[in-house]
Amino acid sequence: MYSLEAITVIQMRNDEDLGSNASLQRPEIKLESLKEDIKEFFKISGWEKKLQNAVYSELSVFPLPSHPAAPPEHLKEPLVYMRKAQGSWEKRILKSLNSMCTELSIPLARKRPVGEQKELLNKWNEMGTDEPDLSLFRPVYAPKDFLEVLINLRNPNYENGDSLSFRTHLGLIQVPLKVKDIPELKEFFVELGLTTGQLGIDDSTQVPPELFENEHVRIGQKVLAEQDSAAAQQYIRQGSPTALRAELWALILNISSQPEDILYYEQLKTNVIQHDLLVDSLIYKDVKLTASNDDYYFVFEDYLYQVLLCFSRDTSVLGHFAYNSASPPKSYIRGKLGLEEYAVFYPPNGVIPFHGFSMYVAPLCFLYHEPSKLYQIFREMYVRFFFRLHSISSHPSGIVSLCLLFETLLQTYLPQLFYHLREIGAQPLRISFKWMVRAFSGYLATDQLLLLWDRILGYNSLEILAVLAAAVFAFRAVNLMEVTSLAAAEAVLADLSTLKVMPLLQIFLFATVT
Amino acid sequence: MSRPKNQNYKGHGLSKGKEREQRASIRFKTTLMNTLMDVLRHRPGWVEVKDEGEWDFYWCDVSWLRENFDHTYMDEHVRISHFRNHYELTRKNYMVKNLKRFRKQLEREAGKLEAAKCDFFPKTFEMPCEYHLFVEEFRKNPGITWIMKPVARSQGKGIFLFRRLKDIMDWRKGTAGKKLTGLEAPPARNTVNPSGSHDSRSSDDQKDEIPVENYVAQRYIENPYLIGGRKFDLRVYVLVMSYIPLRAWLYRDGFARFSNTRFTLSSIDDQYVHLTNVAVQKTSPDYHPKKGCKWMLQRFRQYLASKHGPEAVEALFSDMDNIFVRSLQSVQKVIISDKHCFELYGYDILIDQNLKPWLLEVNASPSLTASSQEDYELKTCLLEDTLHVVDMEARLTGREKRVGGFDLMWNDGPVSREEGTPDLSGMGNFVTNTHLGCINDRSNQLRQLFRSLQSQKKASS
Repeated sequence: MYSLEAITVIQMRNDEDLGSNASLQRPEIKLESLKEDIKEFFKISGWEKKLQNAVYSELSVFPLPSHPAAPPEHLKEPLVYMRKAQGSWEKRILKSLNSMCTELSIPLARKRPVGEQKELLNKWNEMGTDEPDLSLFRPVYAPKDFLEVLINLRNPNYENGDSLSFRTHLGLIQVPLKVKDIPELKEFFVELGLTTGQLGIDDSTQVPPELFENEHVRIGQKVLAEQDSAAAQQYIRQGSPTALRAELWALILNISSQPEDILYYEQLKTNVIQHDLLVDSLIYKDVKLTASNDDYYFVFEDYLYQVLLCFSRDTSVLGHFAYNSASPPKSYIRGKLGLEEYAVFYPPNGVIPFHGFSMYVAPLCFLYHEPSKLYQIFREMYVRFFFRLHSISSHPSGIVSLCLLFETLLQTYLPQLFYHLREIGAQPLRISFKWMVRAFSGYLATDQLLLLWDRILGYNSLEILAVLAAAVFAFRAVNLMEVTSLAAAEAVLADLSTLKVMPLLQIFLFATVT
Repeated sequence: MSRPKNQNYKGHGLSKGKEREQRASIRFKTTLMNTLMDVLRHRPGWVEVKDEGEWDFYWCDVSWLRENFDHTYMDEHVRISHFRNHYELTRKNYMVKNLKRFRKQLEREAGKLEAAKCDFFPKTFEMPCEYHLFVEEFRKNPGITWIMKPVARSQGKGIFLFRRLKDIMDWRKGTAGKKLTGLEAPPARNTVNPSGSHDSRSSDDQKDEIPVENYVAQRYIENPYLIGGRKFDLRVYVLVMSYIPLRAWLYRDGFARFSNTRFTLSSIDDQYVHLTNVAVQKTSPDYHPKKGCKWMLQRFRQYLASKHGPEAVEALFSDMDNIFVRSLQSVQKVIISDKHCFELYGYDILIDQNLKPWLLEVNASPSLTASSQEDYELKTCLLEDTLHVVDMEARLTGREKRVGGFDLMWNDGPVSREEGTPDLSGMGNFVTNTHLGCINDRSNQLRQLFRSLQSQKKASS
């Protein structure tokens, strides 16, 4: 980050570039106290806060500085076997995409004829009314396929041994990653404890608002007035009041709709109008299959197209691959296979959507209605959190760790249930995987989902997804103990729409005898 | 010594004494074959009577009522699900007349400000008798859109939009009949519902098409509130137990019905855009049965709160309370308040972009057919709670302010959420006892209610 001296120099240089030293000659500028004056100016104008928020944002996203000799791949993923596994998974996806492309004889990308461009522009706000023939398209992969890859992950340096011992992990994930146990989780999620007020618990109708809710709302308003990202992130650990949520999330993600952001979005929109990509059809299909069929998200269908189509063309997303174990797929201009000068990333943002991808966006439509703001929020959520749910890495918030955390919690604290389910061929992860990959979107009621995502933002971690998954199993343990097949277990856990997320988490972490 | 007049302590109309003895079984009759039948059949102690048997409770349809009510003798305890002349509220032309009259009366008695509270109904003219008044208003506001609705039909049939007088000239000449059948939605097909049976028509009156019928021309609300670019209206349930005195309950649940297509004023011929009845949407080519295109009111209320803040939402819902109460007050003096009658109304409300609610119409026979599992549950609970309030089993004391999902909204005066004397001075913290779109923990409430009623009974016996 820039030091204050550097900024001062830049300021002075700018003045020089402007070709006039006039500003330095102004009577109110005193060279002796310039540094202090600038600091003062920052404080008064609010720029100090903005800088702080920007710095905080970078700190939250980027990994801590590592050894100077570490190559860039280590930033993406330090473990070699994970990198290899991710690499071969990517090859498979790309192969699947290319074969669909050849089968259907559809180019990966083509320029739209002018007539079609005009039509799309007219229909921009109601693309949902389009009913293109998508029957031949299949999603490139579904969470199920990804799970199979994770199940087969092995660390070549780790000898599991054939003999079962009390330390054997009985779940599907067989890699030795460090995950937190309940005492550590209690420490990590200390604000969710029984003695701390929570939205989602202490704002229920039986609790008088004077006890917690009113004060919490007041503090929230103060945090927003101060425009302090770090404070907002701390505040939101206890949940966000409905009326303040949209602004709080924007503050934490450090999103402010500047004119250049709106312009950027408009530019992306133009890209969509001018060029048609194969992934567009995949996006259409996904939206039609998932969000449009949802009882509540169907209303936002049009917004989903407006966000996702632009997202595929946004090359700024490529930046996140620096700390993502995944790498953007490369494609080559027709006839120039293998020639690096003719390599392009496909899709332009490097992210190939899978079945259910649109559900990452759907809940956000509840909060943001202006397309460019909605877009920015989604993009930031993706490059901070969601990408970890479908790439193979050793990061504590990566999907592999979440799966292992879930299984370990279940095996350690609900061993009878875990063993029973395993015996009947219903490995718990097979049921909970889809919840975690989608961050529970589409499974929980929206207000509960938003309370959950509040905590993801507050703790800057996805581990709460694994804890919630385990808590759900704990809650339905009695019924699950009586089932005798995977199908029956799925049926017990099919409907999560009545669950209250915060009480479940609290009971599991803080009120269960361990 | 007289007690101060206190609505909170007044009973809500259940007569005491020997007429309220517990009956061994309650004989019910109904012709509707949907959720209602399921609820009635499952109610403990209720038996169905067929054909000409004697009944204690009849959920009738309005045509039976029209033909038989006047020469049917009913014992004191018997209940029937409609008021004899409900059409004063539910037929669009009568409702407008009653509302206009009530508004004038309010203006005389209480001034312009009070009368303005009745301005929740878009300007409406009865056709053909008020045609000239309509033309005058039309000319004063060139370019706005009007909607023509038949007074007595439902499910969106026969409705069309127009902007030019020319469009209704044909209608006036009597060729309207032909024009109408062209624009009408095809009759509702056998809709699949969980009870698995065919829904009987819920239209108010006639069976055959009459060529020139009574219509109303109403100012079309051109700036409806949109969600996801779609227009929607709200369906709210109000249970009236008597008109004199006026006792009305408001159900906490309800739903928002979305139009399947995006709202635009450029295509007023596309009735699928403008009409939000599920019946019309079901015939739209876009219609996806799984969708159901409905949002429960809780979801809607949360959405608005996250967008506009809780105060704005409170104001909106309080304006809606005002609509319910005033519309009922406007017909209070004309409806024959027979103590055997109760009625469950379905109110259709439209919200505009300024968060002002408008009354579209009141239905005396709101559809009880379920369009989805969620809808089935809502209607089942609604009907169960209606029967709890009607209280054929004589369990309630008459002083309850809440029964299941129903909150007592008006009891010959406003009902306050707080206990104790309501502050009638107009200042202070009078909050009405309505919870539309709020949490409906009816099972818990009913369990507590009936448990305490039982123990009260034991204590007094």
